[in-house]
Amino acid sequence: MTFLVSPVANPGPTSPGPTLADFGHDPLWISIIKAVFLFVFLMVGVLMGVWTERKLISRMQHRYGPNRAGKFGLLQTVADGLKMGLKEDLMPRKVDKLLYFLAPVIIAVPAFLAFSVIPFGPVVSMFGVKTPLQLTDLPVAVLLILAMASIGVYGIVLAGWASRSPYAILGGLRSSAQVVSYEIAMGLSFVAVFLYAGTLSTSEIVAKQADGGSFALGSLNIPLPSWYAVLLIPSFLIYVLTMLGETNRVPFDLPEGEGELVGGFHTEYSSSLKFAMFMLAEYVNVFVVSGVATTLFLGGWRAPWPISLWDGANVGWWPMLWFFAKLVLLFCFFVWVRASLPRVRYDQLMHFGWKVLIPLNLAWILMVASFRALRVDNSPLVIVLMAIVVVGALGVYFRFDTVLQRRREQRAAQEAEEFDQLRDQPTAGGFPVPALDLPHYHGATTGLNRKEVPSA
Amino acid sequence: MELYAPILVLAVLAAGFAVFSVSVAPFTGPKRWNRAKLDAYECGIEPTPQPVGGGRFPLKYMITAMLFIVFDIEIIFLYPWAVAFDQLGVFGLIEMVLFIVTVLVAYAYVWRRRGLDWD
Repeated sequence: MTFLVSPVANPGPTSPGPTLADFGHDPLWISIIKAVFLFVFLMVGVLMGVWTERKLISRMQHRYGPNRAGKFGLLQTVADGLKMGLKEDLMPRKVDKLLYFLAPVIIAVPAFLAFSVIPFGPVVSMFGVKTPLQLTDLPVAVLLILAMASIGVYGIVLAGWASRSPYAILGGLRSSAQVVSYEIAMGLSFVAVFLYAGTLSTSEIVAKQADGGSFALGSLNIPLPSWYAVLLIPSFLIYVLTMLGETNRVPFDLPEGEGELVGGFHTEYSSSLKFAMFMLAEYVNVFVVSGVATTLFLGGWRAPWPISLWDGANVGWWPMLWFFAKLVLLFCFFVWVRASLPRVRYDQLMHFGWKVLIPLNLAWILMVASFRALRVDNSPLVIVLMAIVVVGALGVYFRFDTVLQRRREQRAAQEAEEFDQLRDQPTAGGFPVPALDLPHYHGATTGLNRKEVPSA
Repeated sequence: MELYAPILVLAVLAAGFAVFSVSVAPFTGPKRWNRAKLDAYECGIEPTPQPVGGGRFPLKYMITAMLFIVFDIEIIFLYPWAVAFDQLGVFGLIEMVLFIVTVLVAYAYVWRRRGLDWD
């Protein structure tokens, strides 16, 4: 445990990068340049992202994918976007006009805003002005991301509600219930990160992941992992699951369960530019959750280990490349999952979110907190407290378990009873049922002697 | 306030783009009127009549929303605690264990009353 108590500072070019104090000094024109860059980055990112996804998934399914528009089909998404613009824009008769109009805006804008606190790199000189490669940072930056995700849910609900169509409203309700459920698990998976980082500001969380200290083994200094994805593996794994649920992507893409709900909440938005907004928001949201994963768990814009040995890796404009590489890899992970997994059932989805992820998350948070408490003041009180909590939790679980077990046995007994009743009386329960147990099911011959007849 | 100004710039850009796309949509496409096209889409059958002002929806979704609020508030309490944990030390840990246990009692109650079941 000694390495946790006294991390050996790693000398070298690992300057921790910008902190909250570096923000808020930009002149307006620098802010505008950064905002325009971010906007263009996300728009081009969506165009390229859709192409990448279609191309990758095609290759995984042994086909070519788009390869007609432009070199390698690179202009396919542009062509699709133009086509959407030239399609008839339907306004179904029954819709709530104002909300139907506003919903695509409400869903698209927060998706962009959530990206404003994602750090792209350290302080650089932009036209002679020293400024961090990040639009802005707040003392509550991660909270802003969660808030924007919540506002996005309004877009989903309102789109479903305003459409006045059963498919749309069901899709909207399902989608919002799913997103809020996974948002809890997502919010809880961040707590362990904040416990370690001691801040909600994204740039400082990246700075805290700069150096994991090193473990002195004799004269050898073994560098320890500094990414929270390694230090807090359970949190990271839970976050990865919730980011799939939060963005309504496969295997949690129930809002768009084509087989049952047509298009879900955007059923009534024909193929016009309004639908394009939903598409845009979905992909921007994928980038946002990937950016959050990069920032909070994968070391942000810092170069991964072998590259970080190079002195110039974490200074100047290079970090944007590492950030971008991590983002692209995460996006490819999304595509890989989509190509691999079938859609889950809705009750399984909610069961998993509420009954598995949340208790696991809370238990993990308490564990991390007690480790931290041991580090802060090394008192035996913590150990006693944790013992009480663990014993209490186990006690509750076993009591819970026996209750559930008893209930399960009762239900099984009841079903067996009903089965017996049905077997005796084919018309039990008021409607004819096929005989459930006939002699020939057990291999008995029913008075009919079959003889093997040689074919002529 | 300077920290929030860049977000406003981006918000203006994004909102401008979104509002522009949504409002320009009716003018860029063709217009071919057809009565059936303006009905709610239900795979070709006659649309189900929808009550004015929105119909009913399963209560399950409302319960989920209420539970979300409970847990979201728990998260909002957890964040400042996590940030200030090193200053609070063991005292903070004890307090948070008590708080989480309190919320878990409600959670166990909902679970037992099958509030988390979807079948």
